[in-house]
Amino acid sequence: MPGDAPLVQSDNPTKELVALTAIISFMTDTSSFPTTRPTGCPFDPAAEYTEFRATPTLDKVDTPAGIDAYLLSGYQQVRTLLNDPRLSSRGAVSNHVIVDRDLKTEAAPGSIIHLDGPEHARLRRMLTPEFTVKRMRALREYVAGLIESHIDAMLAKGGPVDLYQDFALPIPSLVICELLGVPYADRDRFQTQSTVLVSTDAEPTQFAATVHEVQTYIADLVMTKMNEPGDDLLSRLIERANASEQPLTVPELVTLGLSLLIAGHETTANMIGLSTLAFLRNPEQLAILRADPALAESAVEEMLRYLTIVQWGLLRYATEDIEYGEETIQAGEWLVAALASGNRDESVFPDAADIDVRRNPTAHLAFGFGAHQCIGQQLARVELQEVYTRLYRRIPTLRLAVPFEEIKFKDNALAYGVRSLPVTWEQS
Amino acid sequence: MRIILDEDTCIGAGQCVLAAPDVFDQRDEDGIAVLLDETPGDDQRAAVDEAAIRCPALAIRIDG
Repeated sequence: MPGDAPLVQSDNPTKELVALTAIISFMTDTSSFPTTRPTGCPFDPAAEYTEFRATPTLDKVDTPAGIDAYLLSGYQQVRTLLNDPRLSSRGAVSNHVIVDRDLKTEAAPGSIIHLDGPEHARLRRMLTPEFTVKRMRALREYVAGLIESHIDAMLAKGGPVDLYQDFALPIPSLVICELLGVPYADRDRFQTQSTVLVSTDAEPTQFAATVHEVQTYIADLVMTKMNEPGDDLLSRLIERANASEQPLTVPELVTLGLSLLIAGHETTANMIGLSTLAFLRNPEQLAILRADPALAESAVEEMLRYLTIVQWGLLRYATEDIEYGEETIQAGEWLVAALASGNRDESVFPDAADIDVRRNPTAHLAFGFGAHQCIGQQLARVELQEVYTRLYRRIPTLRLAVPFEEIKFKDNALAYGVRSLPVTWEQS
Repeated sequence: MRIILDEDTCIGAGQCVLAAPDVFDQRDEDGIAVLLDETPGDDQRAAVDEAAIRCPALAIRIDG
């Protein structure tokens, strides 16, 4: 920041001129993409965003991937540009934070998050009927049953337990198994593998081996569903695709299956873990929610907004020149839509840094915006709503089993969360 | 008020169904939004406004 630039106290005009030039060059220099959360506030995005939002202009930042990108920090900027069809998702989700990432690679067939326009719409349209509000609500009872049985198991085991491993991770994983139609006999193995897949500290060789195993497993599952269709997402997807003008290829189906698994597993798990921690740190808000289960829907939207776990935003690429305010974003330039910053925009969400379970901020950006907005959002809502109405009521004395300062966070992961959440409760 | 829904733009996110369930639904076959009521009464105004704001594809227009 300019204010931090060294000022030279001198009566020598040449020296002062040199110092002044240094300050001006510092001011016009591109800032870096903010990645560091404020000390002691692990729920807040980087403090620099407040300054970025204060200026209505589009700022440019340099990024770890080695590219400069416009930073969309305000709520309206994020909404307007994520809806612009001239922006490509080829660098999604957050390839700008991957050091020296080659951003020129083509999207793989079936890679729904990276494809644009008609290629993206083809895949999305084949999947949308699987994620409707109605269909996801029909899963509510199944989800509730899973949550209750996992709470029973934790209570039977007795505290302290790691709520992340014993509760937050298995629930979304089992829900995806149910959706995709993974046979019961395979679910334990599938769950263990997908936990490695979403872990941030797996050995690279173990990680690569597991990716291969899961890919092979999904490929086998696709073949099984082709031969013996069941009442599940994959079977219906295959049937729907076969009835279309351009059926899905097996590699496309495998990539789609893998994408759904990854997108739906760790994100929800992180939301369960991180929001439980946020509630324990804000007991008055937890008390309000616990006293009135009808607030679960609103509380879920508020936690999605407040935590915005896709912590580094969405990378986009301009395929054409785009006029935005005074600025021309040129074809070939990159943009980062900082979802976490937009969700803390005070002009839209007053007292944005505070949790208010009654706020019901339904137009938040946590699921993104535009044609790529999270396809699984209605499932995530059902899962989180059921957790919020059940977990904190079944275990009303839930508390951390370690000091808050000892909780480790996923500072280097695309989806932010806790690495583990040791909790305990008053045991009678 | 009259609602114009662009089915080609709709991405089936389901936001409108959550915001205004008396006005919007999703087709079972393709998940795309459909209007249950093209000209809802003023009691639906707030819900429909919310649906339009939440729609990630900006596929909902309100006339009047």
